[in-house]
Amino acid sequence: MKAVSPKPMPKRFHQASWDEPVIFELNQPGARGVLVPEVESGIKQEVGDVAAKLPESLRRKSAPALPEMSQIHVLRHYARLSQENLGVDLNIDIGQGTCTMKYSPKVNDQLARSPKMADLHPLQDESTVQGILEVMWRLEQFLKEISGMERFSLQPGAGSSAIYANVSMVRAYHESRGEGAQRDEVVTTIFSHPSNAACAKVAGYKVITIYPDADGYPDLAALKAAVSERTAALFITNPEDTGIFNSKIQEFVQAVHTVGGLAVYDQANANGILGITRARDAGFDMCHFNLHKTFSTPHACGGPGAGASGVSPALVPFLPKPTIEFDSKRYRLDFDRPQSVGKIRPWYGVAQNILKAYSWIMSLGAEGLREVAEIAVLNNNYLLNKVLEIQGVSMPYAKGKRRIEQVRYSWEQLTKDTGIHSEEMETRMVDFGMHYWTSHHPYVVPEPMTLEPTESYSQADLDEYIAALKQVAGEAYTEPDTIRTAPHNSTVHQTNHEPFDKPDEWAVTWRAYKRKTQKQ
Amino acid sequence: MKRLGLIINPIAGIGGRVGLKGSDGVEIQQKALALGAQPQSHLRAAQALEALLPLRDTFELVTPPGAMGDTVARQCGFIPHPLPFSSWEEGNSTSAEDTIRAGRWMADHPVDLLLFAGGDGTARDIFAAVGTQVPVLGIPAGVKIHSAVFATHPRAAGEIAAAYVRGERLQLREAEVVDLDEETYRAGTVITRLYGYLQVPHVAHRLQNKKAPTPASESVRAESIAAAVIESMQPGWIYILGPGTTTRVIADRLGFPKTLIGVDVYTREGVVALDVSEARLLELIERHPAKIIVTPIGGQGFIFGRGNQQIGPRVIQKVGRENILVVSLSEKLNALKGEPFLVDTGDSSVDEMLAGYMQVIVGYWEKVIYRIAL
Repeated sequence: MKAVSPKPMPKRFHQASWDEPVIFELNQPGARGVLVPEVESGIKQEVGDVAAKLPESLRRKSAPALPEMSQIHVLRHYARLSQENLGVDLNIDIGQGTCTMKYSPKVNDQLARSPKMADLHPLQDESTVQGILEVMWRLEQFLKEISGMERFSLQPGAGSSAIYANVSMVRAYHESRGEGAQRDEVVTTIFSHPSNAACAKVAGYKVITIYPDADGYPDLAALKAAVSERTAALFITNPEDTGIFNSKIQEFVQAVHTVGGLAVYDQANANGILGITRARDAGFDMCHFNLHKTFSTPHACGGPGAGASGVSPALVPFLPKPTIEFDSKRYRLDFDRPQSVGKIRPWYGVAQNILKAYSWIMSLGAEGLREVAEIAVLNNNYLLNKVLEIQGVSMPYAKGKRRIEQVRYSWEQLTKDTGIHSEEMETRMVDFGMHYWTSHHPYVVPEPMTLEPTESYSQADLDEYIAALKQVAGEAYTEPDTIRTAPHNSTVHQTNHEPFDKPDEWAVTWRAYKRKTQKQ
Repeated sequence: MKRLGLIINPIAGIGGRVGLKGSDGVEIQQKALALGAQPQSHLRAAQALEALLPLRDTFELVTPPGAMGDTVARQCGFIPHPLPFSSWEEGNSTSAEDTIRAGRWMADHPVDLLLFAGGDGTARDIFAAVGTQVPVLGIPAGVKIHSAVFATHPRAAGEIAAAYVRGERLQLREAEVVDLDEETYRAGTVITRLYGYLQVPHVAHRLQNKKAPTPASESVRAESIAAAVIESMQPGWIYILGPGTTTRVIADRLGFPKTLIGVDVYTREGVVALDVSEARLLELIERHPAKIIVTPIGGQGFIFGRGNQQIGPRVIQKVGRENILVVSLSEKLNALKGEPFLVDTGDSSVDEMLAGYMQVIVGYWEKVIYRIAL
């Protein structure tokens, strides 16, 4: 028998391309997926007119404008959409740096979908939901141990929600000391996640941003020039998006404490430091985790995520309410918290994701968590060495130093040599079933690329990604037009970004789309 | 022995302090002199030559007679090799033709590096004369410095030239020669044209970047910067608004006219004076508490001394560091790639006073801390 010749590296790829319309365009008037049977006459007699029993305010005046479709057309539509996709379950998804796209074990999804979880209702009496309350309470104990903080709230719906909870607590803290009006500034850094600046502004704070020093560290001297009696808090991501280990983080905390401000640690992505460093040990007053990054619950295309806000003893009174308390016999919700900032979102948190994170931590144990960080850092530094062998790429800042769990690279040299920009490289990567993220806008690092391999990928996976990246970089030097005209193997060709700046051309619902297109 | 060429445009920059936005053309030059302008370029050339003085026996300095080089060179302690032209004499006004003639001679009898002192107009003449035949480096001495062929400071030009003379391997790269049409510039419209490229020795961070453009999508943020500035305006104060598209939005939002490249003065209620000179500013700040609002010019990172020379060192000193508002789109900061802001007021004690960390308004309720280098 003749051996099958080995597959080429990088692998050939062509994305499923169905040119699938929006589901509203598949509307077939009269088509039905389910024919609901008539109510039996006996039941009808007993119950009477059900619609009449509904309050007037809940009754529709007209039928909803939903698409009319048969079951198979609905199934086909969503099956096709699921194929017109990239992601961690399909391929090597290490290009979404800072997002921590790790494998989400399916067993955790199964747990969250089990009737024991799915049939719960948040309005049930707490005596009937002791199980999920125990999971929430125990997850809080884990997060306390991981961060060194005194207490956590699992209520935030995602990372930004947790940052907003923290900003709200900062305000409540200063107001309780009579300094609320005086302290109207929040300091952050340019390589911190922009949600820190955004949430602070939404909460009514003026934002001062620190640029990095020549080595790429947040500039301590600039921070000292920024803080004053007006400083409410420092909100800093650590490690920052550059992946550089900040050995001076304690001095940052001290500089803020010296003027009476609070130090708040964005560790949404704590993947490089689990079991290695702790926020409270560095002196921070607050921190937050994204359960959908570090703790593996899926990102789910923008939601629902889950956030967790942690605080030092002095800030416990201000936590969102209710908190979950345990008296060694039963778990209860504590609403009697007069200094609390109140609710951050409805109910008690995204319970399914809390369960997934709990399950993930339980499956690993303390040593397992540390191993996650160690492998993530090892993977990242393996990748870093290989990527830097590619022509045209560089790693700005902190020359000769390794990185923690991610790297922000620069294709500046490649752009100078070939005229190909990082966004074009990124688009060409899609032809290999992969992609990468550049950075937040506006770019601080020129022609950026941010890679974060996490602990989930094998050496062979990393090698395959590097092979694709190397091929694309090579094409920039030898056949740049292949890149300029990419993607060639993907669902959608190049998109026009211009309407992003024109609100008149935005339509986030089918109804808005119809209204705006008919107007023309 | 290495040969270093030096060409000074003696009238470069005389339009700046008197608010004329350039010095091209005899009529403007005479107007500038009538307004009391003092030639500046020979002083800037001297600053560059100082860095070369310790090396003077190791290279040959080639320069035209009189104000185009020889006079300053001798004052600085050099014994230059004269160009074989006798028509230039001390005190004579010189024209673009003179610059081109001297440049051609230096290309035909090649120098190893040609230093010239002037602005964008002079850079255009040098380009016309030498093209990419010899390496060139500009000593910033003009009003308009948009081309990427200039060192960040006269001293830096001298240091790069010194490194060249010492035989350090410096990378050569083609750098843009850009100029504005002065006629339309004075009328308030910026029309930048690329004239060509000069071979320029490259030392990172010592050359000026080509000015970065401001895409239309940034206009919303410029508006939010303006809103922040206007919110902070207090009655009784005057506000000195430097040139720049970002500062112009402030005037637009106030509903007041603004000259595009002039320095204009306002109160919250209205216009105090448009297109002022340094002398007029000094007068105004005698009578009113004042704040200065400036923006870095394009990708260069200069907040004083480029395009806003009317806000001279005495004005800055009197107004005080605490009353300077720097506004900038964050793109412009990012384009500096971590390099600090630069100042070149013409008075080193004022430059020193400005150095250090400064708050920069980048949006409504948004500031960054940025460093001003000495």
